[in-house]
Amino acid sequence: MVDPTGITLHGEVGAGADGGPRGPRPRRRFSRRNIFIYGTLIVVSVYYLLPLYVMIVTSLKGMPEIRLGNIFAPPMEITFQPWVKAWAQACTGLNCDGLSRGFMNSVIITVPSVIISIVIASVNGYALANWRFKGADVFFTILIFGAFIPYQVMLYPMVIILREMGIYGTLGGLVLVHTVFGMPILTLLFRNYFTSIPEELFKAARVDGAGFWTIYFKIMLPMSLPIFVVAMIIQITGIWNDFLFGVVYTRPDTYPMTVQLNNIVNSVQGVKEYNVNMAATLLTGLVPLVIYFISGKLFVRGIAAGAVKG
Amino acid sequence: MEPSISIRNLSLNFGALKVLKNLDLEIGKGEFLVLLGSSGCGKSTLLNCIAGLLDVSDGQIFIGGRNVTWAQPSERGIGMVFQSYALYPQMTIKGNLSFGLKNAGVSRDEIEERVRRAAQVLQIEPLLERKPAALSGGQRQRAAIGRALVRDVDVFLFDEPLSNLDAKLRADLRVEIKQLHQKLHNTMIYVTHDQIEAMTLADRIAIMRGGSIMQLASPNEIYMRPVNKYVAQFIGSPSMNFFQGTIEGRRFMTEGLTMPLDGYEMTGAGAKDGPAWFGIRPEHVASGEAANAMPVTIDATVDLVEPLGSDTLARLEALGQLFWIRMDGQATVEHGDKLTIGFDPARAHLFDEKTEERI
Amino acid sequence: MSSKRPNQLFRNLNAKIASVPMILTAMVVFFGGTIWTIVYSFTNSKLLPREKWVGFDQYERLWNTNRWLISIENLLIYGILSMVFSLVIGFVLAALLDQKIRFENTFRSIMLYPYALSFIVTGLVWQWLLNPDLGIPKVVRALGWESFDFDPLYNADIVIYGILIAGLWQGTGLIMCLMLAGMRGIDEDIWKASRVDGIPAWKTYIFIVIPMMRPVFITTLVIIASGLVRVYDLVVAQTGGGPGIASEVPAKYVYDMMFLGQNLGQGFAASTMMLITVAIILIPWAYLEFGGKRRG
Repeated sequence: MVDPTGITLHGEVGAGADGGPRGPRPRRRFSRRNIFIYGTLIVVSVYYLLPLYVMIVTSLKGMPEIRLGNIFAPPMEITFQPWVKAWAQACTGLNCDGLSRGFMNSVIITVPSVIISIVIASVNGYALANWRFKGADVFFTILIFGAFIPYQVMLYPMVIILREMGIYGTLGGLVLVHTVFGMPILTLLFRNYFTSIPEELFKAARVDGAGFWTIYFKIMLPMSLPIFVVAMIIQITGIWNDFLFGVVYTRPDTYPMTVQLNNIVNSVQGVKEYNVNMAATLLTGLVPLVIYFISGKLFVRGIAAGAVKG
Repeated sequence: MEPSISIRNLSLNFGALKVLKNLDLEIGKGEFLVLLGSSGCGKSTLLNCIAGLLDVSDGQIFIGGRNVTWAQPSERGIGMVFQSYALYPQMTIKGNLSFGLKNAGVSRDEIEERVRRAAQVLQIEPLLERKPAALSGGQRQRAAIGRALVRDVDVFLFDEPLSNLDAKLRADLRVEIKQLHQKLHNTMIYVTHDQIEAMTLADRIAIMRGGSIMQLASPNEIYMRPVNKYVAQFIGSPSMNFFQGTIEGRRFMTEGLTMPLDGYEMTGAGAKDGPAWFGIRPEHVASGEAANAMPVTIDATVDLVEPLGSDTLARLEALGQLFWIRMDGQATVEHGDKLTIGFDPARAHLFDEKTEERI
Repeated sequence: MSSKRPNQLFRNLNAKIASVPMILTAMVVFFGGTIWTIVYSFTNSKLLPREKWVGFDQYERLWNTNRWLISIENLLIYGILSMVFSLVIGFVLAALLDQKIRFENTFRSIMLYPYALSFIVTGLVWQWLLNPDLGIPKVVRALGWESFDFDPLYNADIVIYGILIAGLWQGTGLIMCLMLAGMRGIDEDIWKASRVDGIPAWKTYIFIVIPMMRPVFITTLVIIASGLVRVYDLVVAQTGGGPGIASEVPAKYVYDMMFLGQNLGQGFAASTMMLITVAIILIPWAYLEFGGKRRG
């Protein structure tokens, strides 16, 4: 890079003679290294985005176009009919009122499950972090190891518990199941967070005459909003995406959205309507995707904490 | 003196670990007591027990004549200041100061009045509406002291309150705490590992080690007559120089030197002959001209010099070991210089080699 | 009033009340439920649990059932490959993102979003993408590679790899994030030192960063492994275990035995085997992680 007057620029080749910086300036914009890095990342991104793209274009095509055309081709004629059908008309068994029923069920399951599990776990985590009592560690250890026990092991005992309580097959029963199985990760999350708050703050509050609940509501809670958001992200996506508990602990009329989706798409009767299937799949994935894109960095924090749940 | 706090036979165990061992301590009304020791000695633990933040395993605690061993922290009539300030981050300074009063059900006007008074004493009135995050370290610690002040209690507990501040602020706030004590005459218990803070603030210092109090005395007494070798070493900077040797008759003998102990004031029954440590503080060693007037003189070689401006610290080599002396700030010595030093054994400290108790 | 030591039972009463749900969950569901299942795996319960003891009969039957053996084989293939690929891909992607690049957040969001989706959604999308008649195989053939017949959903020999592709698509973003967090946790001065020493970046990664990230790798492996045992939704959605029984997995075997096959005893035995598998993975890890630094 020599300028028109022929004088070499400082920092470029040839500047060494007069004691300036030697050697070429490192890191150019289009170095081979950068091309390699960005090239790889773009290819990888395409791989990750492809299924989403295919879902969208397929859901907007008519069946004849799907049968004849290329799976990656954008729709020639956009139709929203598959979305309408997936939402309001698709059949599972004898019900033909679409995914809307599952959506409502999932909402009715998710909202109370998220609230109840977070309330219980946050108070419990706070008790474990600040009001240590004898034996607490033993129960907590069992709880954490419980997070690794395959759910299959506890599936049937839970059926018995729910049946004894008279809530087997109801949405209330499923709320209890989600509260129970969400407890290890949430308790761990809150306990670790409250432990990270300086203990002196807690001591100061006690000298100031604040008790268990006053400290929780007046001191701890206002400092912990981010961790509550993280807990909400973990729980909303986890419960919304759940399939196993839904299929075990509910009945056809109370099936959550994921179970209903699977039944619609994998039903053996009738002609396969791929566009409707993809619209239904997208609809089911929409809630966690929206959560994901609005929560940004907090989601990463949440999944790092929630990864244990598998 | 009427005791303000009295601690009787206090013990605290964490499992098999004995953190405090059968402590007895009486603190007078209006006294400024400093608990001094290195980390892990139990000083903060003791303070937390007095505050009621830790449950004791055995023993009793009385504050103002009342047995408060099992009382809640807020019922004990104490205020506490913490190392990390522990201000509630989401509240304004005013909110921080009034939180305890609100919990106690104090009337709104009364709270207003007490907060105003405390803010005035500490000169933090302009900061009352700010959040802690908007304050400097010194301002935060002042606000934290204010939180103890508004409680209108007789006893203040300080848990290393200045350790998070830089050196300059630490010196300033130290003076302010002393002024506060002179003005209020509250009983104060102050935990620190900093001997300067201890020496400057305390009416009495309790030096702790391994969950016990080694010596409880005025700063001067602790400096002049440490009860054992640990205390002698702990107080003073640079710390005391020691020679190993034996006492025979009224002389201390170490390799290459015999010192008469005529001026030395023995503790208790006096010295038995036997192995002992001979300690002398760096500031009690004279050099040059002045050395010749001393009962004991030694020839030494300068090994290392640390000029501090007001004084000069020099590390010397003599009698086959290294030791420190404090010299005039203008002293001009350097590595390799030969030097005659002298001291008076009357200002020395003798400790039994085995028990390390003062002789 | 305060001179006597208060009753230990009522000290910290609020904290104890707050912990009741945890205690019930830990003792009744996790501890009690696990014991219950293990005990009843020694019965020949059919539709309902009953105390007819048959010793190890259920386990003998289990290990003589072709479907279970295929399930185990599938889990092994899927498990080992998914660990290897997740770790390698996750690490490489994390290293690429760690190069102080622009649009880091965008790239990370793209790689991570599948993790927000359920296994059901993932399975159904890939079922469609791999559709032999209309999906990617058709596109490849249309491009002129007439003989292309990568047909995982219909070919029993390779169906597990079709599931693996979907599983990796969904999960590598998470591994990448964990790895990236691990890399960011390494002292910046290490990089400065290696630059001063003139060590090329790739060598620094292999000889310095990877050994330093050992705990991250171990934790990540445990996370992948304990999740693997439960792989269920993905298979149900993508293949339903088919073709035939070619893509069955243990978790599905358990569910089918318990809730479709009216053969509870088999289901209990199979789930106990899953528990043992997890224990084999977990106990050495827990020992390494916590064994050394037990608090007093």
